[in-house]
Amino acid sequence: MNRDIDQITNKKDTFTLGGHEFNSRFILGSGKYSLDLIKAAVEEAGAQIITLALRRANQGGMANILDYIPKGVTLLPNTSGARTAKEAVRIAHLAREVGCGDFVKVEVIRDTKYLLPDNQETIKATEILAKEGFVVMPYMYPDLNVARDLVNAGAACIMPLGSPIGTNKGICTKEFIQILIDEIDLPIIIDAGIGRPSQACEAMEMGATAIMANTAIATAGDIPTMASAFKMAIESGRKAYLAGLGRVMDKGASASSPLTGFLQPTDN
Amino acid sequence: MKKEREHRNDHMVYLPDMEILDSDIEKRVIERMNSYDYDSYTAKDVKMALGHERCTLKDFEAFLSPAALPFLEDMARKAKFETRKHFGNSIYMFTPLYISNYCENFCIYCGFNCHNHIRRAKLNEEQIETEMKEIAKSGLQEILLLTGESKKMSDVKYIGEACKIARRYFSVVGLEVYPMNSDEYAYLHECGADYVTVFQETYNSDKYETLHLAGHKRIFPYRLRAQERAIRGGMRGVGFAALLGLDDFRKDALATGYHAYLLQRKYPHAEIAFSCPRLRPIINNDRINPMDVHETQLLQVITAYRLFMPFANITISTRECARVRDNLIGIAATKISAGVSVGIGDHQKEEEARGDEQFEISDGRTVKEVYEVIKNQGLQPVMSDYIYV
Repeated sequence: MNRDIDQITNKKDTFTLGGHEFNSRFILGSGKYSLDLIKAAVEEAGAQIITLALRRANQGGMANILDYIPKGVTLLPNTSGARTAKEAVRIAHLAREVGCGDFVKVEVIRDTKYLLPDNQETIKATEILAKEGFVVMPYMYPDLNVARDLVNAGAACIMPLGSPIGTNKGICTKEFIQILIDEIDLPIIIDAGIGRPSQACEAMEMGATAIMANTAIATAGDIPTMASAFKMAIESGRKAYLAGLGRVMDKGASASSPLTGFLQPTDN
Repeated sequence: MKKEREHRNDHMVYLPDMEILDSDIEKRVIERMNSYDYDSYTAKDVKMALGHERCTLKDFEAFLSPAALPFLEDMARKAKFETRKHFGNSIYMFTPLYISNYCENFCIYCGFNCHNHIRRAKLNEEQIETEMKEIAKSGLQEILLLTGESKKMSDVKYIGEACKIARRYFSVVGLEVYPMNSDEYAYLHECGADYVTVFQETYNSDKYETLHLAGHKRIFPYRLRAQERAIRGGMRGVGFAALLGLDDFRKDALATGYHAYLLQRKYPHAEIAFSCPRLRPIINNDRINPMDVHETQLLQVITAYRLFMPFANITISTRECARVRDNLIGIAATKISAGVSVGIGDHQKEEEARGDEQFEISDGRTVKEVYEVIKNQGLQPVMSDYIYV
């Protein structure tokens, strides 16, 4: 909890990933956009990090996504398309070769229906890439034991999923993500499933370090406005978290006759 | 013809060189198709299916039934929602390249069949490269290589060399060639191909037998298990299709969807795609055949595929006209071809290098034209979403 107190006093309220400091707690996905709207989304979101599927970063030709990402934004290449740790490592190497830097979001998926991450392979890939000096951000199904293994493997943060990717269902895995927030000392960035600003806000209130969203914004009626709405929700949730949420009354929490009433004022 | 019929081999018996997979998928698909009584579904079933968040097999059957026709608008809306949820704004572009039209099969409905007197041609490596260079100039990064089904004239090694050349010019290489054994698929995967599409044409084996009179293609179960062999050979994705209108399209569409469903369940990493070719009905003739596949029925099948397998790619061919294709990408289709030629060697200087087309296309627009149409719909044309690993 000490880090939170530090952050309340830190007016900038930044967080670090692999030695890099970030102000914005909103990471933008880029996979489902009309390319010419990416710039506006990044600007309105105030995002400093944008993910990029290497398989979409085609070299040359028409519609190269790299041409649409504003300068100064940190590129977070992901390993989507990888079905095993070995493939994830290979894709990360390719990303480095084409000049995407040292950040990598590890995604290992061998299920085309739900696109759920394979935690075991993710741990393996994280370990290999962290040793090679990558800033590894693993996408995972929220499991405490796996999160601990990822910490030990050298991950820079943990990216648990809120609900299956693209479903916009919000934080279905709330209880388990809360455990990660409470127990893991690395930044917890909630990825996948966040469909509306209120859900992003909820994630931040829980104490998440940041959130990542793609589908929710890419498929919105007005993309820049939705990006801005998310930004505000994230900032609001963050503030609420830092302020300390008010007293929440659970059912029966306030009994009419006190349970401690039997105690004598002075102990004879 | 009569004599030929007497000499026809049993279409359910594998030929000696054909790999036999131990798999129950074929049996399950055929049983389900045979027991599918689409007339038993009612409007109530369709309404229930529309209300479900996840589409069950029974829902899929309801969507394909005649009872669903009055709900086509609702189905289209739901399909559009699912498509955007899974694919965002992306529409993938590709082009097919026919490298040979020699064929040993006698499929009575096909322009390439071995008894048709068409100009036959097979491109050599140099000619393949010329074609690909030209196509790559358009900005496309995905190519689908096709051959007629002749293992003698276009053997696996020849297709492999074509894949290797294709890898130099394109990111994504798909194949639509004759079915082969898993070790042959593995070889072509090594050469750079990662997607295999096989049209089953019809899942009704009795009908199949009457349409495919000779050649390897005649062996019904070998063709039906091609996708499974391709996945076992290491291919990333497989495509399915029935040629709608050859037989009872409702049953064929059900079998196609269920086939893909079972395969993805067994191989969860496999990417699934559907193609939706149809035999066009004769205009103003629908009283003769109530099973004709008009645009309405085509849309019904395509939206049903989308609702049943929302994560699958759906390709819309140039057999359909621009109006139909442009609207389908706004509803359920995610993949569209452009700059299509279905003949052989269009970019060759020598006339004799060219071969005739398999069928007539209805959308002859260039890559640039299709690209603009996609963009104007607020969608994003994507040239490649793939990495070879």
